[in-house]
Amino acid sequence: MRFLLPVLAASVLAGTMLPSRDARADAAANVAGGPITSHDGATLYRQLCQGCHMANAKGAVGAATIPALAGNPKLASGGYPVYVILNGYGAMPWFSGTLDDAQIAALVNYVRTNFGNHYTDGVKPEDVAAVRTPTPEMEK
Amino acid sequence: MSDLPNVPQTRRQLLMRIGAAAGSVAMYQAMTRLGHAAGTDFRGPPALTGTRKGSTVLVLGAGLAGMLAAYELRKAGYTVRILEYQNRSGGRNFTLRGGDTLAELGGAVQHVQFARGNYINPGPWRIPYHHQAILHYCKQFGVALEPFIEVNHNSLLHSSTTFGGVPQRYRDYMSDFTGYTAELLGKAIRQDKLDQPIGPDEKRDLLAAMHGWGLLDKNGNYVSSVSASFRRGFDKPLGGGPDGAPIPSKPLPRSDIMKSGLWEWLSFNMNYEMQTTMFQPVGGMDMIGKGFAKQVGDLVTHNVKVTKIHQDAGGVTVSFEDMGKNNAVSEAKADWCVCTIPLSVLSQIDIQVNPAMKAAIGAVPYASSVKVGLEFKRRFWEQDEQIYGGISFTDQPISQISYPSTGYFSDGRSVLLGGYMFGNAAYAFAGMTPEERVQAALDQGSKLHKQYRDEFLNGVGVAWSRMPWTLGCCGTWNEESRRTHYKALTEIDNRIVLAGEHASYVGCWQEGALLSSLSAITRLHQRAIGAA
Repeated sequence: MRFLLPVLAASVLAGTMLPSRDARADAAANVAGGPITSHDGATLYRQLCQGCHMANAKGAVGAATIPALAGNPKLASGGYPVYVILNGYGAMPWFSGTLDDAQIAALVNYVRTNFGNHYTDGVKPEDVAAVRTPTPEMEK
Repeated sequence: MSDLPNVPQTRRQLLMRIGAAAGSVAMYQAMTRLGHAAGTDFRGPPALTGTRKGSTVLVLGAGLAGMLAAYELRKAGYTVRILEYQNRSGGRNFTLRGGDTLAELGGAVQHVQFARGNYINPGPWRIPYHHQAILHYCKQFGVALEPFIEVNHNSLLHSSTTFGGVPQRYRDYMSDFTGYTAELLGKAIRQDKLDQPIGPDEKRDLLAAMHGWGLLDKNGNYVSSVSASFRRGFDKPLGGGPDGAPIPSKPLPRSDIMKSGLWEWLSFNMNYEMQTTMFQPVGGMDMIGKGFAKQVGDLVTHNVKVTKIHQDAGGVTVSFEDMGKNNAVSEAKADWCVCTIPLSVLSQIDIQVNPAMKAAIGAVPYASSVKVGLEFKRRFWEQDEQIYGGISFTDQPISQISYPSTGYFSDGRSVLLGGYMFGNAAYAFAGMTPEERVQAALDQGSKLHKQYRDEFLNGVGVAWSRMPWTLGCCGTWNEESRRTHYKALTEIDNRIVLAGEHASYVGCWQEGALLSSLSAITRLHQRAIGAA
């Protein structure tokens, strides 16, 4: 209900400089920065993931735990990180409205083949498309 | 009027009638429309009476929600204890000053180097006038407030891709956007090109409005003029003496005005949460947290990590690790529990509640947010550019630059907010080292203020996703999660009730934390005395 930026903007201005937005409370922010355009897994990891999961993918422990992606047995199946990135999990937001299928595949493949992970079964954009559900609608 | 006995003579009579006929909610709504009451859902502090002797409450979290619960419940006769993870009270209400140390997840530690008196508020930083709960308790606890400047017509609006990347004055953009819009609409009205018929009277009224609102000339055009310059400023300002005559300024190109999308920021400031008058505590936002802590500080046990929250017919048992004593495990027991732990943390704690509440706790992701504070040698924004408080906006990731709303005209070092971002920009900034955040804020801010590099002294970059005690900024509800989970999250489960901004519709604001807390303790008290 709080959100500041009219739905109108997104539809009328699609294709101009204004990215999609899910503005927050007291923030003006989401016009800024532009959409995520890279399809490079390493770049996407740096832009979106390491703010929480850390540059070395080892996560962190405070009052609660940010899971490590390095050596995390849940990555054995590529479908698991695809699901979590699309839908979020606990405190982690969903990224289905931020990343397209190819970006998610690139990101998952990067994480599953770096940080000491050596999985050889790559995820394809079609695999992401197959499990994608509609992006949640933010409150206005 | 005396022959119309059914028509109320005064506003008070009218309100009494509405109240009698339709109940207090209708009366409240009517009062609001008539200008007597307004704001959030705050109806004054709760009157909690009839407390059973010896009743005990455990409050988890010494943020504003927790401290308010403790304050009101103790006042009502409960014996209260607060458990807090951090070594200080206040929660997300905090302020960074010179000499402070900020440790974040991942290991980075920042030592704030601001001069005495300078600060940034990494979390909440402004209070709308209609957030009456927090304003009430500020007054009650002696927290002095001063105006927070949100809108400054002399601040800057910056689009990287239009106007050659040159930042524009808020007032120039506002004037031109309004003027061109009025001109185009006026032409459509005169040419009867609106897609619905309007009568001659309305046509005349609309045209008059377009002329006056847009400052159009007699032909209905928005052009360089003295009258438009009294809104957007003059090229040569009004002066005295023989050469005092002004030279009007010229509007910016219409295509750039529309293409830039900068109207977004005009619209942002129109939101009622940003409307004047806004406030901030004198000396830093943590004056509020300290004001609350002065009331209930004696109830707080700091430095303890809650690991388990269990309940049965006899009461609530909370297990925790004492981080000051090698994580020694202890238990605390009480009849009731008010849990204000952020859901980002609570979703990983063993809490014994019904499955619906448990699901709700895990269904609310937390926003990432970053703020950057920059200290400069002098107030160049005031001295060189006549910008006194307010916010400049940019389409770069830093999103905005907010100038201090206090200490105007003072010499010496000053701190501004060099970036405040959510969303993708916040994810990217959170992933940087603190030094990189400050450098990126300097690079981007230099596009608005060329003085940045020469005048810069030091900075601090706060990434909320890396704050060890909250792992995020605030809860993010969507239409579906609100529908599915909000009720279960906020209803009392036997002896446990949740509170905090996440358990309100005023999410991400301190007001939400307080309203949620008041609702929670009022309902809990009713249950405790057997009335609900």
